[in-house]
Amino acid sequence: MAAITMGQLTKVYPGGVRALNEIDLTVEDGEFFALLGPSGCGKTTLLRTIAGLEESSGGSIRIGENDVTSTPPGRRDVAMVFQDYALFPHMTVTDNIAYPLKIKKVAGRERTVKAAETAAELGLSDYLERRPGQLSGGQQQRVALARAMACHPKVFLFDEPLSNLDARMRLEARTFLKRLQRELGVTTVFVTHDQAEALALADRIAVMEGGKIRQLGTPSEVFRRPANTFVASFIGSTPMNLLDGVVRAQGVEVGDQLLPVPVGLGDHLVEGEKVVYGIRPEYLGHAPAAVPGSLGGEVRVVENLGSAQLVTLEGSAGFVQLVVNEDTPVAIGDHGYAVPRQDRVLLYRDGDLITGGADPSGLSADAPSLAKGPA
Amino acid sequence: MPETSPTDTSTGTLGNGSKGRPSAGAPAARESGGDAAGLGRRRAAGFVAPSLLLITAFLLFPALWTIYLGLTDYRLTGFAAADPQMVGLDNFTNAIGDDRFSNSLVLTLQFVLGSAVLGQAVIGFTIAWLMRNRTGALRRTVEALVLLAWILPSSVITFLWIALLDRDGGTFNALINTPGTAWLLEYPMASIIVFNIWKGAAFSMMLYAAAIGNVPPSHLETARLAGASTWQQLRDVVFPRIKGHILTNLLLISLWTFNDFTPFLLTAGGPEDRTEIMPVFIYKIALQSGELGFGAAISVLMLLINLVIALVYVRLLRQRKDKTA
Ligand SMILES: Nc1ncnc2c1ncn2[C@@H]1O[C@H](COP(=O)(O)OP(=O)(O)O)[C@@H](O)[C@H]1O
Ligand SMILES: [Mg+2]
Repeated sequence: MAAITMGQLTKVYPGGVRALNEIDLTVEDGEFFALLGPSGCGKTTLLRTIAGLEESSGGSIRIGENDVTSTPPGRRDVAMVFQDYALFPHMTVTDNIAYPLKIKKVAGRERTVKAAETAAELGLSDYLERRPGQLSGGQQQRVALARAMACHPKVFLFDEPLSNLDARMRLEARTFLKRLQRELGVTTVFVTHDQAEALALADRIAVMEGGKIRQLGTPSEVFRRPANTFVASFIGSTPMNLLDGVVRAQGVEVGDQLLPVPVGLGDHLVEGEKVVYGIRPEYLGHAPAAVPGSLGGEVRVVENLGSAQLVTLEGSAGFVQLVVNEDTPVAIGDHGYAVPRQDRVLLYRDGDLITGGADPSGLSADAPSLAKGPA
Repeated sequence: MPETSPTDTSTGTLGNGSKGRPSAGAPAARESGGDAAGLGRRRAAGFVAPSLLLITAFLLFPALWTIYLGLTDYRLTGFAAADPQMVGLDNFTNAIGDDRFSNSLVLTLQFVLGSAVLGQAVIGFTIAWLMRNRTGALRRTVEALVLLAWILPSSVITFLWIALLDRDGGTFNALINTPGTAWLLEYPMASIIVFNIWKGAAFSMMLYAAAIGNVPPSHLETARLAGASTWQQLRDVVFPRIKGHILTNLLLISLWTFNDFTPFLLTAGGPEDRTEIMPVFIYKIALQSGELGFGAAISVLMLLINLVIALVYVRLLRQRKDKTA
């Protein structure tokens, strides 16, 4: 087990695609780490560069104490689970699981025993003599996991291992994977384009875009305080409302409404500057009649989310989405009002989150007047 | 689909008369009279007739004629040419007892093993493997050169090779600095083997390149991550996956090489019968010595050997299918 440290890691593919752009990142020992981002942002490239399947164009990688930047993949002591599982169709489950041991010249009997042990841990004991073609997708995925586990590597690398499973299996496999990683305590890097998967599984998440890391943090940090509008719109099963606003003396003007400024941000704002007002649909309350500091509009779309409803309002601020209780009566054409939960409001300047900073400076005399607003 | 008459239904098997697996449309076809287009037996036969005639005229008849000739003492000239007599199996027993025949058979096997199975297949595979991740100029150049050797007419290539291997002004002698070596005389078998490898490797290369392209990269990478050497990757990932391609390739190139007459243009079977492979042997017996009956008998034997080779491969192929199924 070991930490993974990347310094200034760069990968330029022949043809000039800069898939990784000077990545600095440390994955801690034993951590379950997710690489999250839209398709084409370089997640797979980063994973494959850690594995040694792609040669880096610059920078360094360390696994534990060793600099492995130019070590061939077979000597990095990592195991990878591919999206298509990459099970050998002509080998039985036992032989597949034992394959890395066979390459490491473990004796035949010992191999079989070890493979059977690993298979038992993953509930595969009944399928040892089958071939991959005779297994379901979920079983194949566990065989691939077992093969990765069998030789006790320092690092697990998973490239979207759940994306070939159907929705129900995926949830099951997700829980299973999380438990397994806890038990084994092996440093794990996990690639996904599914933000829900990353939030559910990871200890920490790196959100990537265009070969760069846009935010690094725990799932709740990334979900609650997205560092920029890219992350804000990417994370969350319903995308965050990002509304154009202008700072005024009394608050932030969004559409024709004046909304209060989040606590502690007052002295970091300049009157008249343009900001983006960010609030998640889950943090907007619903009011049937006008409330001070709320965003009004006409109900355009109502989407049923099961235990809740996603309502889209169109008003002076543009489209605003909010999640309301399943019992709330909303009908298309009604007028509705969205009331922001004050402690969840985020403001972005030039795409980046405006943070309160560590110390509210002496000028905070202004702040209360701004922060209070028409509450 | 039009309704077909009861007679058509009862006898209409021509459309899928071959014993192969029924096609996708077969269940529907069976109901409507045995052929997917609903032609009925007579009209279907009309469509097949021209090609059947051609096959009979140019394949079946010559084959039967060869067998018949093999049973006679037919000659190119003389009495026996005018009035050939049936001699039964004499030609066949003579051939099997003949030293020249067994010598020729051994030479042919050497030629096939050396130039096809070991040469073309191994070299073709090696080139395909080395080129698998390459793109651009290098790959295109290699492929173009190898293909060129394959598509140029044999007669042209043999002239080039005679010039290349010439004792006095030969390019090869100049290249490796061995003046005065008469390659075609001193190493005749090695020469025609190398010649045939050079001429035929392209086919294997292309076939294997396509086959290797079908091996999922993630499988090779899994092996690499486990620390597998190139040989282990080939053994554990590539070969099991392309077994069918390998067998098909070996079958085709073995038969082609077995029946290849081109070496005659280089060495004319000599010196001292040292490159008298089967097709050359038959040519000499039948057309140079004029013993057409004897030549025909040897042709039939050669056909049988070809059949045996084909059967062995087909059997292996079928075993493989059963195993994967
Ligand atoms: N072998 C390759 N050759 C050239 N460009 C590549 C190659 N693999 C990936 N890329 C490019 O690198 C970028 C990142 O790809 P990838 O790491 O696969 O993204 P992700 O896994 O996040 O979807 C993409 O723009 C992709 O087109
Ligand atoms: Mg990817």
